[in-house]
Amino acid sequence: MKQDIFQAIADPTRRAILTLIAIQALTPNAMAEKFDMTRQAVSKHIKVLHECDLIRPEPSGREIYYHFNAKKMQEFDHWLAQFRESWKTQFNQLDKVLSTLKQQK
Amino acid sequence: MKNDLLFDFNVDKAAKTVYITREFDAGLDLVWDAFTKAEILDQWAAPAPMRAKTKYMDFTVGGKRFYAMISPDGEERWALQKYTSITPKTNFKLYNAFADKDENPEPAGSEWDYNFSEENDITKVYITIYNESLERMERIMEGFRIGFAMTLKNLDELLAASKQN
Repeated sequence: MKQDIFQAIADPTRRAILTLIAIQALTPNAMAEKFDMTRQAVSKHIKVLHECDLIRPEPSGREIYYHFNAKKMQEFDHWLAQFRESWKTQFNQLDKVLSTLKQQK
Repeated sequence: MKNDLLFDFNVDKAAKTVYITREFDAGLDLVWDAFTKAEILDQWAAPAPMRAKTKYMDFTVGGKRFYAMISPDGEERWALQKYTSITPKTNFKLYNAFADKDENPEPAGSEWDYNFSEENDITKVYITIYNESLERMERIMEGFRIGFAMTLKNLDELLAASKQN
């Protein structure tokens, strides 16, 4: 992951963009209209989302449509699940340590 | 050991915060020590087969803990924690950053907040981790993955060896 996904989705506008294109792929112009933003502002958000692979551009004629990359979101969730497992392992180790310490008292 | 101990793990991606709650079948004094004394921390605070090794720990406000996570092949990942607030047996906060072996911390870090409460000899620990950048978490996980991969490899070898017997 080149871009920090946390950073990408920490921004409410970017979350709104993702929600919107999860339903339907959109062009940057359509996004600018829906969010009442300049093309420039939209381009910045698109850049961040694209860099962390959360959206995929697909040219169609003269337009570029951005699609939501659900797989990336899944990867991210899977990755967080691993983080959870890591904590779980540590806490199970702590259970054993505490149980030993209790017996020593 | 009780089997119905609570373990909650939630991530608010937008707020870049991880929330962890865990109950332990032990009194507050013991659990507090397990989180604040180097000799106990080193016994559990790295997911096996990784292990933790504290070089020094000064558990006072402004004090630091300099420690490594060591993978089975001996690779060390150093981190520096600085205690920013301590309310004995109730709460402590720290700032955590990766560092090199000479204690030079990286610029980005994360804020950890630990809360402790006891009820009927069960101690609940509530942890929030804020602004842990993904890249840093990934590095922790990478170590975890490497360690895990090695464990599986050892198991493969063990199974292969036992088949031949």
